[in-house]
Amino acid sequence: MVLWILLVLAAGAAVYYGIRFEGSLKQRDRHAMIALSAITVVILGVQLYRAELLGEIFIEPFAFMGEAPDLFVQVLWQGFVDGTLYALIALGFVLIFKASGVFNFAQGIMVVFGALSLVGLHAAGVPAWGALVLALVIMGVLAVGVERIVLRPLVNQEPIILFMATIGLWYFLIGFGELIFGGEPKVMITEQLGLPTGRWRFDILGGRVNVNQLDVAAAAIAVLLVTGLGIFFNKTRIGRALRAVADDHQAAMSVGISLNQIWRIVWFAAGIVALATGIMWGAKSDVSFALAIVALKALPVLILGGFTSIPGAIVGGLIIGIGEKMAEFYWGPLVGGSIESWFPYFLALIFLLFRPQGLFGDKIIDRI
Amino acid sequence: MFYREAGQFKTTYRADQAVFPIRQDLIGIVILMAFLVVVVPLTFNDFWISSVMIPTLIFALAAIGLNILTGFAGQLSLGTGGFMGVGAFACYKLTTIFPEVNIIVHIALSGLFAAGVGFVFGLPSLRVKGFYLAVATLASQFFLEWSFGRIPWLYNYNASGAIEVPNKYLFGIPIAGPTASAEARYLVVLAFVVVLTFVASNLVRGRFGRAWMAVRDMDIAAELIGIRLLPTKLMAFTISSYFAGVAGALMVFMWLGAAEVASFDINVSFQILFMVIIGGLGSIMGAFLGAAFIWNLPILLRGVPKFFGLDINAATVEHIQFMVVGGMIIFFLIVEPSGFARLWQITKEKLRRWPFPY
Repeated sequence: MVLWILLVLAAGAAVYYGIRFEGSLKQRDRHAMIALSAITVVILGVQLYRAELLGEIFIEPFAFMGEAPDLFVQVLWQGFVDGTLYALIALGFVLIFKASGVFNFAQGIMVVFGALSLVGLHAAGVPAWGALVLALVIMGVLAVGVERIVLRPLVNQEPIILFMATIGLWYFLIGFGELIFGGEPKVMITEQLGLPTGRWRFDILGGRVNVNQLDVAAAAIAVLLVTGLGIFFNKTRIGRALRAVADDHQAAMSVGISLNQIWRIVWFAAGIVALATGIMWGAKSDVSFALAIVALKALPVLILGGFTSIPGAIVGGLIIGIGEKMAEFYWGPLVGGSIESWFPYFLALIFLLFRPQGLFGDKIIDRI
Repeated sequence: MFYREAGQFKTTYRADQAVFPIRQDLIGIVILMAFLVVVVPLTFNDFWISSVMIPTLIFALAAIGLNILTGFAGQLSLGTGGFMGVGAFACYKLTTIFPEVNIIVHIALSGLFAAGVGFVFGLPSLRVKGFYLAVATLASQFFLEWSFGRIPWLYNYNASGAIEVPNKYLFGIPIAGPTASAEARYLVVLAFVVVLTFVASNLVRGRFGRAWMAVRDMDIAAELIGIRLLPTKLMAFTISSYFAGVAGALMVFMWLGAAEVASFDINVSFQILFMVIIGGLGSIMGAFLGAAFIWNLPILLRGVPKFFGLDINAATVEHIQFMVVGGMIIFFLIVEPSGFARLWQITKEKLRRWPFPY
């Protein structure tokens, strides 16, 4: 069944290419492609009909949604909550990519590292708020260190080299974090930080919907962060300098903006966002480096939203979060479950075929 | 003084376009091959052969595959681990469906399955570029990982979810499975790697390779001079995945002996990408150097505390190892972004002038 679904996707993609790129393909290729995909579609049609899969894919999930609207709302809410967290991670990526053109793969690790240093400091006897301040300081030191040791010597290199350097940073931070704070998963100090842990129950739509107060707090903090960053970017002097750097490095330098300083600020801002995300996510599950792989889901979010757009990161995060939860809950059982691990990437991939620059991204214009 | 092409005159185009046009290179490669084929199996112990030589060669093969895609065709991919997995699982299924066919044939064929999958996942490359494409390849990585765990047919419905290698023979000698000796497995791997390296090095300097490089350097310009982008990019994806698939099959059948989903996770993809970048983008030689470096650095690091007589527990060593590997990668990128292949070139230039540099 999975194979069939894969084939459907392939065939769809092939048909799309065939039709969309009539100009850029040789006639022969185009015909071959359309013929190939037509054959696939016919075979698939027969298969789908025989397996009565069509109903299972296109009718039953929706019927189920209608039957149990309370469950639907619950799934929607879960997706929304996860989406906020993806959006926050994506926000860190966007901040750095906008200002320095560096595709910072280590953002997920920064999230874990921030949370880990907070928990680790608290375990070492520092009171919660002191630990929070110290963790912020650590993120600041990290930002300065990254700028000085990694980015400055690599200035003017190819983007792929900078990207690799951030993967190097990823490895380094894993080793460093585990060496200092130990490798075992830790529990986030939710209560000590004054975050709510209870849950609300709403009896609506003939059922019961559970809402964790923590999730509400997470959403509120996300909104706060985004608003704060928005004000910072648009109203302050440094924010304007940041936007200038994002627009054109050389022009920004020529009017006296220090690139190095801007990079430090941006990495620090990304560090703050990472710490906030780490606290929220750590409170939902454990603080461990396994989170870093989950954090990679911020990448499809970026694709949806565009690499350079903050609203895009938010909207993309919500689409991915809700999309993956819905797919997992309603369509996952059809193919054996756990499709959460790859569904966001596929969603992004399909999206890419239609809008390669993302929802809010800048259109890329190539010149020779 | 010794390493220079002065006096070696080519009288035919054929001689001029040989793989090793300089006689010293040819002699060097013959000596190296003799060393690898004769000296290594006879004198190296089991640890060296099965933990150093075999994995280095296998990863070098995968790195060549990724290098074709990323280094020559310019398409960044984070899905190599998944394609290696396709090769491994395809080979496993082939051995269970056609047990009478020789394992060598199976390994060579299993690459084709990986190539097919690579073709499908290469389709987005016409539409998207750069980091967007990297994310698209992540889709293949996670999807394939998921399928290896979720489709029981792939691992013959056994309870553990892992694939295990049965005993396989070539000319009556066991070359795969629990009874195969390290030397036999090593020689099979070496044969595959040598043949495929030869194929790759000829591919990249031929028509395909030039088309790939044109696409890498500027795709619009390449299109203008008549290179068809879609077939060229898809060819790069297909061939690259073939190499990765064969490497994956070799990895399971000739090295690990058993494998599960975690053997092909995203860390493998990263590791191979590192090998390609540290070795040098767009260089076959670099793939070998990078593989040797990235694979053996942790082994070396594990040995260091023992060498100094320090007693550090294993977990700490592993954490330090992560740090050192990450630090080394950043260090190498800063010192020589073009990788080991560039260092090798510089060495050759120096050798040419030695002992009278000007």
